Amino acid sequence: MWSFSNIADQIHEWLSSTFNPTWTLIIEMVIAGVCVIGLFAALGLVLVIMERKVSAWIQIRLGPNRVGPKGMFQSLADTLKLLVKEGMTPNGADKFLFNLAPFIAMIVAMLLFAPIAFARDFQLWDLNIGVLYVSAVSSIMVISILMAGWSSNNKYSLMGAMRSGAQIVSYELSAGLSILAIVVFTGSLSVPDIVRSQADGWWIFKGHIPAIIAFIIFLIAVTAETNRAPFDLAEAESELTAGFHTEYSGMKFALFFLAEYMNVFIVCAIGATLFLGGWMPFHIGNWEGFNHAMDWIPSSVWFFGKTFFLIFVIMWFRWTFPRLRIDQLLNLEWKYLLPISMFNILLATLMAIMGWHF
Amino acid sequence: MYRQTDIISDSRISPQEGDLVINVGPQHPATHGVLHLVITLNGETIKKVEPHLGYIHRSIEKMCESLTYRQFIYVTSRMDYLSAHINNHACALCVEKGLQVEVPARAQVIRVLMDELTRIASHELWWGAMAMDLGAFTPFFHAFRERETINDIMEETCGARLTMNYMVPGGVMQDLHPDFQKRVKEFIQLYKRKIHEYDELVTDNIIFQNRMKSVGYLSPEDAISYGCTGPTARGSSVSSDIRKLYPYEIYDKLEFDEVLETGGDSFARYMIRIREMHESIRIIEQLIDNIPEGDFQAKTKAVLKLPKGEFYTRVETARGELGVYIVSEGGTTPYRIKFRSPGFSNLSVLDHIARGSKIGDLVAMMGTLDLVIPDIDR
Repeated sequence: MWSFSNIADQIHEWLSSTFNPTWTLIIEMVIAGVCVIGLFAALGLVLVIMERKVSAWIQIRLGPNRVGPKGMFQSLADTLKLLVKEGMTPNGADKFLFNLAPFIAMIVAMLLFAPIAFARDFQLWDLNIGVLYVSAVSSIMVISILMAGWSSNNKYSLMGAMRSGAQIVSYELSAGLSILAIVVFTGSLSVPDIVRSQADGWWIFKGHIPAIIAFIIFLIAVTAETNRAPFDLAEAESELTAGFHTEYSGMKFALFFLAEYMNVFIVCAIGATLFLGGWMPFHIGNWEGFNHAMDWIPSSVWFFGKTFFLIFVIMWFRWTFPRLRIDQLLNLEWKYLLPISMFNILLATLMAIMGWHF
Repeated sequence: MYRQTDIISDSRISPQEGDLVINVGPQHPATHGVLHLVITLNGETIKKVEPHLGYIHRSIEKMCESLTYRQFIYVTSRMDYLSAHINNHACALCVEKGLQVEVPARAQVIRVLMDELTRIASHELWWGAMAMDLGAFTPFFHAFRERETINDIMEETCGARLTMNYMVPGGVMQDLHPDFQKRVKEFIQLYKRKIHEYDELVTDNIIFQNRMKSVGYLSPEDAISYGCTGPTARGSSVSSDIRKLYPYEIYDKLEFDEVLETGGDSFARYMIRIREMHESIRIIEQLIDNIPEGDFQAKTKAVLKLPKGEFYTRVETARGELGVYIVSEGGTTPYRIKFRSPGFSNLSVLDHIARGSKIGDLVAMMGTLDLVIPDIDR
């Protein structure tokens, strides 16, 4: 059976036999970079059309259905439109920061791809603190939003950016603590280790109550962290027109837009890795036949299936719930989610020490 | 630029150092039209809201002075376009009062039926827009699903979907479409089948309730002194339903309750409108099988001339009390027309209820006041 790791190995062998080690490394890095950019663009297009189709389905309408079969090329057409649009910079804006902000957002989103295990033994960068790396890098996102809001010289943008700052900094705590619960079970921060520890069962099943609580808190916190409804206060269309990206147009806006979707993909990928077993197939105890059949499904399909399921859940949130108010948002984090996740860590630690999980 | 307008601004609170003055509108997703609010903020907290009007002033009252009594009714569809039919109704009633024409029973029933359908359509749109103000987009489409059915009924009977112009002095323009009763019954079926979705999706949602409850409190005294009417006043338990207090047409013979809530907050105003839809359905159910036979229009002269004098009528629109005041010099056109529109008074209360709350709540409060800007500006 073909797999990503085999293809990667074959490419590596061919390159090693053709070029000297330095060139091999350079070419491999270029290939990896192109792959990330390609994945970035492809996922952006897929997620945008998915969001529009999911929202249309929830809102009892058809959604885009003109460009291409069933409107599948709609997001391509949108991208083309945004590319040829004029990217304006307002007169009063701080031009350097204004133009830098979308790139930081995009670079952060790209950096986050590094430690994610897309399939069995297929990963861009197997670093031993993978989960920590994701938590750390994703918090740089807030800098780009603050930068955009501040440099736009627009009151709506500024308010959106300030809201976003308060929100992301707060919700990172519970997101981190809920990740920590799984790290406590696993005893490792490395993504492959965490996935391998779920070979006999996903953490959401074998972690008992702490894992379920952590999963729910994780979902809420990452929805807030990626600025999506019901926590989209940074954009808050009906209050702040478009929040921090009010003044952006053309490709600069598209980069923010893309970065948002990439962040959604990445947090869902992390959620799938931590709680739903990453690329591990679904196994049930001693059902040999069933387990064998599940193994036949490629690991990348498992990974993307779980990730897109979580993305669907987050989209479902967005098209169902009304938006919270800023004080309610912060109350929810500091008064409910944070104490619960702290208690949850204690519980998880107790369970890990006593070996109560499977 | 911050501009001090003495008429509506409160001079006791002027922007201080550190305050943020924001223009919301005239082009803004939250204002549902060309309303312009100048908001003074301290952080996220509102210190003052100052509505600036006039962006869609079309001088309807002045226009009416040069139109005949048959013509001017149609202009009023463009005031509160969501209850166009009820506006026309108010004008027709006022002209009939001057002419002392008796409207046939069939026309009265048709008028009331259309009024209530319009009220439901208006509240449906309000419900969707209200949820959209709070950041939930889906309810808008669910509301439109039911509203479309009403619009189809309207289209079938009067040929238009929004500005119906179905009223003429003395009755209605033409008889009902033969399918009318069937279609309305179908709509009632649909409404009863789908209305629980409204509660599941929005009313019972914990986020929604937290956003609405104990926000934008309007005391009964303030509601009276600001001249609030309609659901805005009834949310503060001020009885103001013209259909009950000063019944017109056949409302005194119908069984329905004036919906009152004691909360006074945004949630009370929300619940009023939801419950009013049920009451309207009740009225329609009573009438739909009992439309009397007969003329749909009283015999009137081709050219109407109101006797010299002053005439005033009021009706309950979806937003509150609409008063029509006609001064006649005995000619074919009114000497002066004045509309007392509900939106203007309801908007005036916004500054009072919004102070001290967050900017997100301001949007929700505007939603619960159910502002239609052409109604405010005329």
